[in-house]
Amino acid sequence: MIYLDNAATSWHKPPEVLKAMVDVLERAGGNPGRSGHQLSIEAARVMYDTREDIARFFNSGDPARVIFTSGATHALNIVLKGLLKPGDRVVASSMEHNAVMRPLRTLEERGLVLNVVPCATDGSLDVNDISRAVDLNTRLVVIVHASNVAGTILPIAEVVSIAHRAGALLLVDAAQTAGVLPIDMKAFGIDFLAFTGHKGLQGPPGIGGLVIGDHVDTSQIEPLLQGGTGSQSELEEQPEHLPDKFESGTPNIVGIAGLCAGVNWITDRGIEAIRAQEKELTSALVDGLSGIAGIKVYGTRDPEKSVAIVSFTARDRRVSDIGLRLDEDYGILTRVGLHCAPAAHRTIGTFPEGTVRLAPGVSTTAADIKKTVQAIDKVVGS
Amino acid sequence: MTEYGVVLFYTTSSAIRAEKLLTKEGYAVRLVPMPRQLSSDCGVSLRFDWQQHEQIRSALEKAQVEIDAIHHL
Repeated sequence: MIYLDNAATSWHKPPEVLKAMVDVLERAGGNPGRSGHQLSIEAARVMYDTREDIARFFNSGDPARVIFTSGATHALNIVLKGLLKPGDRVVASSMEHNAVMRPLRTLEERGLVLNVVPCATDGSLDVNDISRAVDLNTRLVVIVHASNVAGTILPIAEVVSIAHRAGALLLVDAAQTAGVLPIDMKAFGIDFLAFTGHKGLQGPPGIGGLVIGDHVDTSQIEPLLQGGTGSQSELEEQPEHLPDKFESGTPNIVGIAGLCAGVNWITDRGIEAIRAQEKELTSALVDGLSGIAGIKVYGTRDPEKSVAIVSFTARDRRVSDIGLRLDEDYGILTRVGLHCAPAAHRTIGTFPEGTVRLAPGVSTTAADIKKTVQAIDKVVGS
Repeated sequence: MTEYGVVLFYTTSSAIRAEKLLTKEGYAVRLVPMPRQLSSDCGVSLRFDWQQHEQIRSALEKAQVEIDAIHHL
């Protein structure tokens, strides 16, 4: 089997991740921060150590500003629904995933003013277009770090300075980049980073986080969920202290332990080595597909300007038929359709049919790519 | 018999951070359930040897660990 759906969720996970998840239940099975006994305290230590590792990994600063969530969607919703009020102005790119677009469209119905800046057909963003869209009344700029459809990397550093010059905050959706591109929150000046644990970070599904910059005033953000935090239990009001304000309910300690092991696995291996491997695989894939008649490859087709995501369509073939034949006849697992990102597909010109998306990962080999190109040649040519 | 003091925190995250920091600096501290006479909180507090309360307070201040209060038990 050749797994090329790492943009949906990475597989196969490092054995260290699986071991950490079993181990935490054996060794630290209490409810962190609740009961005060040994198993509860040990679970709280695992949680805190993971916050430190995440804060170091993204160079964000205070570990108390690492908020654990169920994934990137949850993290994005905390900022969008907690920060934005009717009348606020928001700028987003046209490559955003529905994890951003759906909350924004709902808020738009309630009076939010949304400006979606069009990207080019290869998914790239002209910073001059962002510059024109952002003004002194802009509250927030939301931008995907790399497209889940075309793989195109967006110019985060430039967008941060445009946003900050206008006094706006910046929210980055790092669902496709955390663990595969270096992210330095302090150097970039990112205010909010939403990430998921189960893709590039090699953790399990059901865990992710929101990392909040040290300078961001969190009193302006209403929590999405309220409830028990184990702290300040005499109060019926939600505490303001971080991370508790945004972390009500029993945390996913199994997911947190797996995420921690995934982050450490990446740190040991080196993010530059992972990036180099993914660039090689992407390059081989783009070159191979470009040699097949009738195939159109989307995105920049430049591995320097994209993550390991390659989308294509074929003349006279439905993407769903291609995906099914690759799976059934060749054991090659891809994802076809709209990838929960209709705005991105409209931008690259593939709405509503969608594309076949190939997303290699850290366990993909050069031989896998060669076999995949050969299989696609047969499926499309036959 | 050792006389104890406890540090109370607003979050478990701060309590763990303090435990980690103070243990590293060589203090014999222990996270214990919140003494009920001090707070109705269901979380933990950090117990320490009262003789070291000044050093502990200044170590936490220096590291900018936010605390709620320090009590002599």
